[in-house]
Amino acid sequence: MEIASNAQPSGGRNLHRFANPGQFLRLSGRILPFLAVSALVLTGIGVFGGLFMAPADYQQGDAVRIIYIHVPSAWLASSAYMGLAIASLFSLVWRHPLADLAAVEIGPVGAAATALCLATGSLWGKPMWGAWWVWDARLTSVLVLFFLYLGHIGLIRAFDDPQRGYRAGAILALVGVVNLPIIKFSVEWWNSLHQPASITLTGAPTIAGSMLWPLAFCALGFTLGFAAIVTARLRAAVMERRIRALLLARAQEA
Amino acid sequence: MTHLPYLLAAYGLALVLTGWMAIGAWRRMGAARRKLMAIDPRAERS
Repeated sequence: MEIASNAQPSGGRNLHRFANPGQFLRLSGRILPFLAVSALVLTGIGVFGGLFMAPADYQQGDAVRIIYIHVPSAWLASSAYMGLAIASLFSLVWRHPLADLAAVEIGPVGAAATALCLATGSLWGKPMWGAWWVWDARLTSVLVLFFLYLGHIGLIRAFDDPQRGYRAGAILALVGVVNLPIIKFSVEWWNSLHQPASITLTGAPTIAGSMLWPLAFCALGFTLGFAAIVTARLRAAVMERRIRALLLARAQEA
Repeated sequence: MTHLPYLLAAYGLALVLTGWMAIGAWRRMGAARRKLMAIDPRAERS
């Protein structure tokens, strides 16, 4: 039951049009197959290009091919957290009912992306740096991001009253946003073993075109795959909530 | 190719992790849809 729908700021009224569970299920049911198929196709092309078509790096050799999954998972780890924070903002300010569920479902998928980023970075670091792990600013800030995800997953499920869990999780998610610029600029603010970004919004990429296109395909494929998995989990969560509500109503009638 | 074990481990891990998340999400969605349709046949429309 949403009790705060009359007290929302004016900007939230439009958002609530999309909060209807039936409308969400219909819309997401239509886009989910496209998300899943395009994610599979794009990632497949990107991985094939990265493994078999892109050249080996003149210094790193074939270990450079790990970037085709490491960089997209790193990008996803940060952007998923931004998605979690936006869902948390919608939850706190507009009490958007789907935002609560979105925050619950984004957390584990974002944590998995962060774990993949850390693990593949470690698998790249061992042959390149000679160490599985160093307490470097970039690596440490991404590890903090992973712990933030784990904290959010635990906190949002820690209360008997789900609303209190949503609220506590949302506050943690919003506080944790401060870590995102630290991750982004850690390679500039501190002396770091980790190389700076090869692709920026302001300048030309410092990566060869033959390596750039598989990376772009993988990044887009991973992003769409993330969207597909979160949408599927969110659809499941909406249906589970409806099941609970129906069973509760029947129990009260009996 | 001395880096092959690292490549295999990285890509294998990516495959296992994403496959586990994706299959888990689809199975959960399917189970919820079946249960909802058993309780409320009108839900079939969505």
